[in-house]
Amino acid sequence: MSKKRRIIFISVWLLCAAAFLVPALCFKSPQGGESVREAMRDAVLHESNKINFFGIAEVNPAVVSAYTVTAILLLAALAVRIFAIPKFKNIPGRFQLLLEQAVGFFDNLAKSNSPHKNRFLGAYVFTAGSYICLGTFFELLGLQGVTTAGASISLPAPLADINGAIAMGVTSYLIILSGGLLGNGIKGVFSSLKEFSLPISMSFRLFGALLSGLLVTELVYYNIGLSFVLPVFVGVMFTALHALIQTYVLTMLTAVFYGEVSEKTPKRQRIKKIRGNKS
Amino acid sequence: MTLPLNINWQQILLHMFNLVLLFGGLYLLLYKPVKKFMDDREEKYKRMDDEANEKLARASAAEEEIAEKTRRAEEQIARDIAEAKREAENEAENIIKDAKNVKKQMIIDAEDAATREKNRIINDAREEIAELAVKAAEKVLSEKTSAAGDADA
Repeated sequence: MSKKRRIIFISVWLLCAAAFLVPALCFKSPQGGESVREAMRDAVLHESNKINFFGIAEVNPAVVSAYTVTAILLLAALAVRIFAIPKFKNIPGRFQLLLEQAVGFFDNLAKSNSPHKNRFLGAYVFTAGSYICLGTFFELLGLQGVTTAGASISLPAPLADINGAIAMGVTSYLIILSGGLLGNGIKGVFSSLKEFSLPISMSFRLFGALLSGLLVTELVYYNIGLSFVLPVFVGVMFTALHALIQTYVLTMLTAVFYGEVSEKTPKRQRIKKIRGNKS
Repeated sequence: MTLPLNINWQQILLHMFNLVLLFGGLYLLLYKPVKKFMDDREEKYKRMDDEANEKLARASAAEEEIAEKTRRAEEQIARDIAEAKREAENEAENIIKDAKNVKKQMIIDAEDAATREKNRIINDAREEIAELAVKAAEKVLSEKTSAAGDADA
């Protein structure tokens, strides 16, 4: 390495080190404001910031997020139904192809995991997938809500709230339970009930995955020095990854368990007959 | 009712109500129409494929039928050619046979005619010779008679 190149290398190295050291020394944690512990606790539990939900109750911001996401999705679906679907062609354009891919993906997921009964399952995993994916991306919009205390709060992803995640997990479990009932009657319900830990695992997996991204982003935002440029990468990357991964995981799990419990079990008489023939 | 971790049954139910609303709306507005369109298109192409296969099968059967007919026609043609050849050979044989008979008859006729001509010529010659002989005898006699007359005289 020549002397000139060595000097350039050392200069760049020191500049990079200084770029991190100077902000770290200049910016200090806000005094008297919300501590990191309080920020984290509020991000996880949403105990302090509540929003008035049409005068019905004071709810966590995620409830408002959930209804906003639903409204956006339904309005988009209505627009697609009125303006796009009547113009569908046998050879699809880009937008039609996107819609067909989305519907086809969840329909195939349902068909491949539950070959017996899959029409309802396909519709459910499509809804759940759209909700999780777009609901997670929703936090990137940074829409503001007003708390009961009059403060402004950025609306989080609906599933970053434990109540939203539990609702999604329990609904998925109820769908699985209905699959067992439709496929195998009471026996199917019992086989679904054997998986009693499923709603808990589904809920907390979803909640934990989305919360981890939220906490990292929250930590990054907590320090004003790191609030420039870095959140663009950290926030978007975590959000995008969680949106895609959790969509796939929850819909896949629901489809697999639904297929398992709705599969017709052979009748006992036939099994006895087969056993008798073998012996 | 709020449980630890800020779990709230009312909010869970609100979320579930929201999910049910979303499910119904998305199913009716998006999933069902798009899936119906895709199924109809699949059905249409499947029907077209079936029709094409059916036509292909019919064309294949027709091709086999034509090949069979061609084979039969070729066999018939070959049989007809052999028959015609055989008939032609028989005909030629008959013609040659007739010609030989005619030739034989002609030779016989010619020989008869020649024989008859020969006999006629011979007879004519005999008659001429007899006439000549008579004439000669007459002449000789006349000469002798005249000579005897002269001598008498």
